[in-house]
Amino acid sequence: MVTVEKLSKRYGSLCAVSEVDFEVGKGEIVGLLGPNGAGKSTTMKMLAGYLPPTSGRATIAGYDVFSQSLQARRRIGYMPENVPLYPDMRVREFLSYRAALKGVPGRRLRERTADVIELCGLQEVATRIIGRLSKGYRQRVGLADAMSHEPDLLILDEPTIGLDPNQIRAVRGMIRNLRRHHTILISTHILPEVEMLCSKVVILKNGRVQAAGTPAELRAGHGQAGLVEFDAVVPDPLAAAALLRADSSIQSVTHRQDGAWTVFSIVPKPAHDPRENLFRTAVENHWRVREISRPEASLEHVFAELTGGEDWER
Amino acid sequence: MRTFFILWRREIASAFHQPLAYIVLFFFLIVTGFNFQAAVTLLNHSPGSVTTLVEAFFNTVYFWFPFVLVFPLLTMRVFAEEVRSGTVELLMTAPVGDGQVVLAKFAGCLFFFTVLWVPSLLYFLVFGQVTGVQAAGAMGSYLGAYSMLFLMGAFFTAVGCFASALTDNQIVAAVIGFSGILAFFFLGLLSFLLPATGSALREATFYFSPLEHMMAFSQGLWDTRPVVFYISSTVAVLFATFHIFQYRRWRA
Repeated sequence: MVTVEKLSKRYGSLCAVSEVDFEVGKGEIVGLLGPNGAGKSTTMKMLAGYLPPTSGRATIAGYDVFSQSLQARRRIGYMPENVPLYPDMRVREFLSYRAALKGVPGRRLRERTADVIELCGLQEVATRIIGRLSKGYRQRVGLADAMSHEPDLLILDEPTIGLDPNQIRAVRGMIRNLRRHHTILISTHILPEVEMLCSKVVILKNGRVQAAGTPAELRAGHGQAGLVEFDAVVPDPLAAAALLRADSSIQSVTHRQDGAWTVFSIVPKPAHDPRENLFRTAVENHWRVREISRPEASLEHVFAELTGGEDWER
Repeated sequence: MRTFFILWRREIASAFHQPLAYIVLFFFLIVTGFNFQAAVTLLNHSPGSVTTLVEAFFNTVYFWFPFVLVFPLLTMRVFAEEVRSGTVELLMTAPVGDGQVVLAKFAGCLFFFTVLWVPSLLYFLVFGQVTGVQAAGAMGSYLGAYSMLFLMGAFFTAVGCFASALTDNQIVAAVIGFSGILAFFFLGLLSFLLPATGSALREATFYFSPLEHMMAFSQGLWDTRPVVFYISSTVAVLFATFHIFQYRRWRA
């Protein structure tokens, strides 16, 4: 559906996007992740045909976004960041105008507009003036506009930014429902959102692709996969840690006190699971055990690691 | 073509959705009312200088003053506002060409300008009814005056659109547009200032003078030279607008 090859965008000496490659298959939801200023929006603007790339190319459904811009744009529903809308228009009027502009034939206009209004829950505000709508409704109008001409590909630039948690859930639900009919490229920095929605993730930093793959692949490939937490009451934490380190499957052990409990963080050697041995050791030494767990590395950690963010939680 | 009409309708709607449209319409009507009164007075007191009401109406200072002033107000918004509010991103990611957008915006402003002049037809009609004197000597006078109005309107509208495409600040756009239109207008006035004979500059500016053009056309003298001049200038300025619009977007 979308192929991006060595796409670059320079502003003078500043390189906003540099040789980005990725692909989006039909029916996929792909998340574009990255810190602010990583080049997400610029990449999306280039795909939407708004900015010309400095070099490289991108095609949408086989049409080059630059040389066959009109054909490519016909297949795209784009929702820009901050959702600019015409404040003087009424919701229904706006959606009808946009659908007509994007090539929906006159006889289908009324039906199509009614459809997107219903789909995005805009019935109550259909005759209101856009300038007087709340942020949440405006966001939904933007989404309704993006899908008004039934495009093959939806490009959504931070669709949930600035919404309250209920609105975020509503928009997210809407996007999930869209997956049946559309391919979706979405940018965000809300990581749980990506995990909930996306079948594939592309992480950008300083305009370059840092990693790409399914959320599960990224978690497996990065972060401290397999880290084990072990809580027990031990007579001498230092001695206990030394004892644990003696295990051949364990690479390193750190520990901290939590009241009477000692919490060990254990990094096993690759492809080893030390939990069974830990249990045996605890039983042999008569340690009281509260927990042996292996928390999954979250996408947040992967993100922090790849984009060089400080990890304040550790 | 369909896309153009959709965009054009949107431009007209957006012009009439804002309060400025009605303020302009209102004051324009007042000033043209004064102008009508001035034209009738002129006709009464110095019958030698002008022969018909139409001729008098289109050649007073009350005509030129609002005429020159109105274009920046009509056009300052078109590109500047779209760029500033970011809706240009929405517009240009729809399958529409840059040229279509420029033409639609220009045509939208020109439409509004045309609407401004519709009431003036009523003056001439009423004048004829009340006084029993024809407002114009012949149809040619109407045709000439209104076609010159439209041609000059198209050119000045194009200049205003060009100014609006240069910046994303409406006030700056209005000032640039106004300066451009005034510069052109005063260039035409040079022919009144320079010595009457032997000046090549005077000869040249005579051909650019909106005053001279309107004078001739409102007498029913339909000269093709100004027609060609205004049409080609309009096309040239629109072409420049198209490139500025594209350039500024691509650099963004």
